[in-house]
Amino acid sequence: MAQLTFREAISRGIAQEMRRDDTVLAIGEDIGAAGGVFKGTVGLFEEFGPVRVRDTPISEQAILGAAMGAAMTGLKPIAEIMFSDFFAVCWDIVVNEIAKSRYMTNGQMTFPLVIRSGNGGGLRFGAQHSQSVENWAMMVPGLKVVVPSNALDVIGLMAAAVRDPDPVIFLEAKSLYASKMEVPDGDIVDTLGSAKVLRQGGDATLVALGAMVPKTLKAAEELAAAGIDCTVVDVRSLVPLDTTTILREVAATGRLFTVEENPRLCGWGGELSSIVSEEAFYDLDGPIVRITTPHIPLPAADALEDMAIPSVERIVATVTTSMGA
Amino acid sequence: MTTTTSTALDLDAKLELYRVQVALRQFEKRAYDLFLENYVKGTSHLSLGQEAIAAGFAAAMRSDDYTFATYRGHAHTLARGVPMTPVLAELMGRTNGLMAGKGGSMHLTSVEHGVMGSYAIIGAHLPIACGAAWSAQYRGTDQVAVCFFGDGSTNIGAFHEALNFAAIWKLPVVFVCENNLWMEYTRTTEITAVPNPAADRASAYGLESIIVDGNDVDAVYAVASAAIERARAGEGPSLIEALTYRHGGHSRADPGKYRPDEEVAQWLAKDPIPMYHARLLAEGASEELLVQIELEVAAEVDRATEEAKAGPTPGADLLMKDVWADGGSAWRN
Repeated sequence: MAQLTFREAISRGIAQEMRRDDTVLAIGEDIGAAGGVFKGTVGLFEEFGPVRVRDTPISEQAILGAAMGAAMTGLKPIAEIMFSDFFAVCWDIVVNEIAKSRYMTNGQMTFPLVIRSGNGGGLRFGAQHSQSVENWAMMVPGLKVVVPSNALDVIGLMAAAVRDPDPVIFLEAKSLYASKMEVPDGDIVDTLGSAKVLRQGGDATLVALGAMVPKTLKAAEELAAAGIDCTVVDVRSLVPLDTTTILREVAATGRLFTVEENPRLCGWGGELSSIVSEEAFYDLDGPIVRITTPHIPLPAADALEDMAIPSVERIVATVTTSMGA
Repeated sequence: MTTTTSTALDLDAKLELYRVQVALRQFEKRAYDLFLENYVKGTSHLSLGQEAIAAGFAAAMRSDDYTFATYRGHAHTLARGVPMTPVLAELMGRTNGLMAGKGGSMHLTSVEHGVMGSYAIIGAHLPIACGAAWSAQYRGTDQVAVCFFGDGSTNIGAFHEALNFAAIWKLPVVFVCENNLWMEYTRTTEITAVPNPAADRASAYGLESIIVDGNDVDAVYAVASAAIERARAGEGPSLIEALTYRHGGHSRADPGKYRPDEEVAQWLAKDPIPMYHARLLAEGASEELLVQIELEVAAEVDRATEEAKAGPTPGADLLMKDVWADGGSAWRN
């Protein structure tokens, strides 16, 4: 066992897979000797060298095009897009090329690649370096979307993403990079498409993702102290989506709250609400409530950003009000 | 540098180059006819007039080299040895199509022939070709990626990202700009800062400026061989501008009327196929043999047309197939 930060877990997860399989390569801006701007690749360059851990120019289309071309010819690249906001400059490669090409070619090609990216707010970086884009990725057929909420899951889900034969968008919550936890030694391999029930309670089910998970757990503690006992589900993977676990946990409490960092419209909670409404309507005892960032670009000032992103206080207040307590 | 070097190809090899060009020409004409008969739906971008580039490059490539083509990709696909029937059937949306009808005219792909896709977003495949070249470099296979694109692609960002990327990583990739002078409906020189859209940009990436007569298959073959050899030897990428002209419009919907009649006439006089026909006669081939080649190709096109028409239309079983590597499309449990 060792105390590991979220950021250290990223390089440990990548290193675990690179040791196992020499077709796994890492590319991105400043990921080599510099260890990544978020220090998510520290030590990889020293262990695996400049051929397998390679710095790129600021050319996001080239980075992802290279990953795609490498994946279709037998390699398993892990490409970094430094900030997920930058997906906007290379989204063509993700959406039109990587996501569609297996289907268009009638299965002639596979794309075993991982695209990692720092996602979301909380760092006071302003609107172009803070957005949560999990909803962008979720709506594209052909992409798997993974969003870990803690160091242990980072390692296991990274391994699962690298071993998966399909393209995986791996979103790392920037506000969690410094978070720490005890992580067992040895190889850790998780599975994609499995949500985790982190806490069980009889009154309401709170479903959260990424950086919203620790906030939701904290909120659940406060709610419990006030007499509202909540189940907390960490979605972990938007595609594939573990609807079995979510529907079961919603049915058990009769209430669903989603806690989402993405802006309101077309956030993942909207899709989840639709699924629950269609398939578990008669299990519900009250309306589905979505707690999201408002439909605005994120402001830079700490005071404003804190108002925008769902907070422990907002989660507690929203659940309390909605439960009529 | 303008390259018009004649090559050391023997007559048999040249007859094969002739056969390939004639096949590409007759195939595209048939594809057009099948449009008019409503067998081929959607859109299509023909390579009529540009056959020498596809034929010359394919002849210079090793069987395990990679081709990356654009939506104007029928010729590049066929030139790598993909049979006519599955290509025509793909255009017609039949299950015996190259991708069972799921890709269509603009996305022809045959991995077993090294045709790693035809891409319909301008410029997108240049970075992807870099990736295949990077892979070959890492795996030490000596494979080369050849990436074809039009003059219009030189003004999009991906072109410049890919050129720089290939240059700094010394990737075994050959970028081939088929400059047919018209970016869709607009004259390329009117919307480009330099007269030669690819060659004049080469120096920005430390590459040699190379222009070749894209209607002369021997010249194309020579320039292709040199660039591919250079890439295979680990000496990095090349950027080649092949001057050519499309005989028709940009796509099926375009009659190409914006082009001056004199310009069209001038280029029709430089049609690569009659020019090569004349050259082969001068170099000792018999008219009889050349006609025989043309007749054999015509029979092949007829046969492919019948086989494609006979192909079944795809059923619902294909609709939800192959989003994922497990063959399915499930996004939830």
